[in-house]
Amino acid sequence: MADNAKNIEIKPGDFAPLDKQVGPDNEKIAAPSLTFGQDVWRRLKSNKTAFTSFIVLIFLFLVAFGGQAVYQHNPNDQSPKYANLPPKIPGVNIHGLNGHIKQSGQDVDAYAQAGAGKDVHYTLGTDYLGRDLLARIMYGTRVSLEIALIATLIDLTIGVTFGIFSGWKGGRVDMFMQRIIEILSSVPSLVVMVLMATAFQKTGMASIIAALAIINWTTMARLTRAQTLQLKNQDFILAARTLGESAPKIAWKHLLPNLSSVIIIQTMFTIPNAIFFEAFLSYIGIGISSPQASLGTLISDGQKNFQFLPYQMWYPAIVLIILMLAFNLLGDGMRDAFDPKSKR
Amino acid sequence: MRKYLLKRIFYLFLTLFIVATVTFFLMKLMPGTPLQNEAKLTASEKASILAQYGLDKPVWLQYLIYIGGIFKGSLGLSFQFSDQAVSYLIGSRMGPSMQLGGQAMVIGVVFGIILGAVGAIRKDTWADRLATILSILGIAVPSFVLAILLQYYLGLKMGWFPVAGWEGFAYTILPTLALAASPLAETARFIRTDMVDVLSSDYIELAKAKGLSKFGIVYHHALRNSLIPMVTLIGPLAAALMTGSMVVENIFSVPGIGEQFVKSILVNDYPTIMGVTIFYSALLCLLLLLTDIVYGIIDPRIRLSGNGD
Repeated sequence: MADNAKNIEIKPGDFAPLDKQVGPDNEKIAAPSLTFGQDVWRRLKSNKTAFTSFIVLIFLFLVAFGGQAVYQHNPNDQSPKYANLPPKIPGVNIHGLNGHIKQSGQDVDAYAQAGAGKDVHYTLGTDYLGRDLLARIMYGTRVSLEIALIATLIDLTIGVTFGIFSGWKGGRVDMFMQRIIEILSSVPSLVVMVLMATAFQKTGMASIIAALAIINWTTMARLTRAQTLQLKNQDFILAARTLGESAPKIAWKHLLPNLSSVIIIQTMFTIPNAIFFEAFLSYIGIGISSPQASLGTLISDGQKNFQFLPYQMWYPAIVLIILMLAFNLLGDGMRDAFDPKSKR
Repeated sequence: MRKYLLKRIFYLFLTLFIVATVTFFLMKLMPGTPLQNEAKLTASEKASILAQYGLDKPVWLQYLIYIGGIFKGSLGLSFQFSDQAVSYLIGSRMGPSMQLGGQAMVIGVVFGIILGAVGAIRKDTWADRLATILSILGIAVPSFVLAILLQYYLGLKMGWFPVAGWEGFAYTILPTLALAASPLAETARFIRTDMVDVLSSDYIELAKAKGLSKFGIVYHHALRNSLIPMVTLIGPLAAALMTGSMVVENIFSVPGIGEQFVKSILVNDYPTIMGVTIFYSALLCLLLLLTDIVYGIIDPRIRLSGNGD
């Protein structure tokens, strides 16, 4: 080392000033900077299961809310002549979709038996009143989704407001509000819903939504409160307070954006829960009543004929299961996407 | 500990009191009387029936009598079955419900633990994926759909189990399976998440370094630690079982509380609805209290001070 160092001669001319504009800019960030939302979206897209669920859900929403424009059959049109016809798609000859059914061991063309002309065909068959099952499933899915979404929206509003208020105020107010939640959540939620549904007497969308909204917000309130407790002692909140920002404005501008991931994740689990309870209530007969339909009533109707016409229950049940699956899987994916460190 | 217990018991009673009050007034708001063929009855007959149910008194007195009755274990008379006390109705139907609930809980928790543990140990293999799919399905398939499918395919078509009724152990199998699906799924998910965490902790690394067998590590070190937080699941699982029992008992015509509850709702038998509501709430409250106490005992890190939420 020492010998080498002696041999090197350095003259002042060896150095030249670097052009300031040339050369790599070390301060520049090469990759495009992503916002939080873009980051979440990227992580979600890389999660195959969650992304598939997302696509499936979009598809189901499109069919439920826009399907009637394409498949123009009235879900309430009764044609008793064509009651209980199995699914028939013209040109398809697979058992279960060709209008044939097994009667006492023999393959019978149910459409010919009912005296239906060649042009009569029901894609997913008909129910016991001769109503088009596919149209009813689309209608029922829409009702189920509407109920779940509205109920979730109400839950969210009550739960988040309650949670932020409770966490922000602290002290006695917090104590009192927490006791309310404790009491509410130690009553089986189904019992409350049954009570509400019975209390409103007139079964229908409004009573179910009210029943769902009354009970489901406690989890959301608990989560937002816990987060608010953590956030409110942080410096940026202190700064906002010092600058004289009013409490509602802090909640809206500073707390809510920071709570958004918790809220969105929880919402993804509230929706399937609401769908399940709606189906449950309708199934036992205190939910949606005919001629309105929801997935629960369709399953309950289909069950009566299950032994002979299994398709009448299978199809609505499959739609319900897919909905529940997709929401749950997407919820899992969202949780990972929003918080990659979370252990769940 | 003692102070905490007293506080919790106080809240338990407060909760039940509020539940009873709210149910009472909700039910009072509703139309419907115990009179079955109202048109045919004379005025005096009507009056005597109303008097039998105590409905001739002003509402506030009815309320006091009802609340007072609860302390004596009386929940009023059923509208549907004349002269039958609601408490008797519940008592006589408790057996089947408890048996089904108990069996479903045991099966769900035991198999859920196995499924979850297998998923965690064989993380990211086909076994893990299978376990995950099973547990997601258990959550996504509602109990009433599962019950109908089990009843038809295993009961009617295969003829392996009785289709419906309540005449012995064989009759409990299908309803138990239908009920067990959701606790199984919940347990499996919970255990898997928790064990994945535990398996990557230092003391497991140490156990591996000591050369313990894989089974020994899982059984003695990992599982035991994962089981502690499981205790907190008991409350939610019990609530889910109550929900499930309402339809499952109906589908399999099991003479349990859930089946009675649904029937009472459909015929507007208000005293029974109220009675079952209070019963369910009391049961859940007690379970939640027991859970917290047990949790405090087996996990000394949790202090029962009553301040922490």
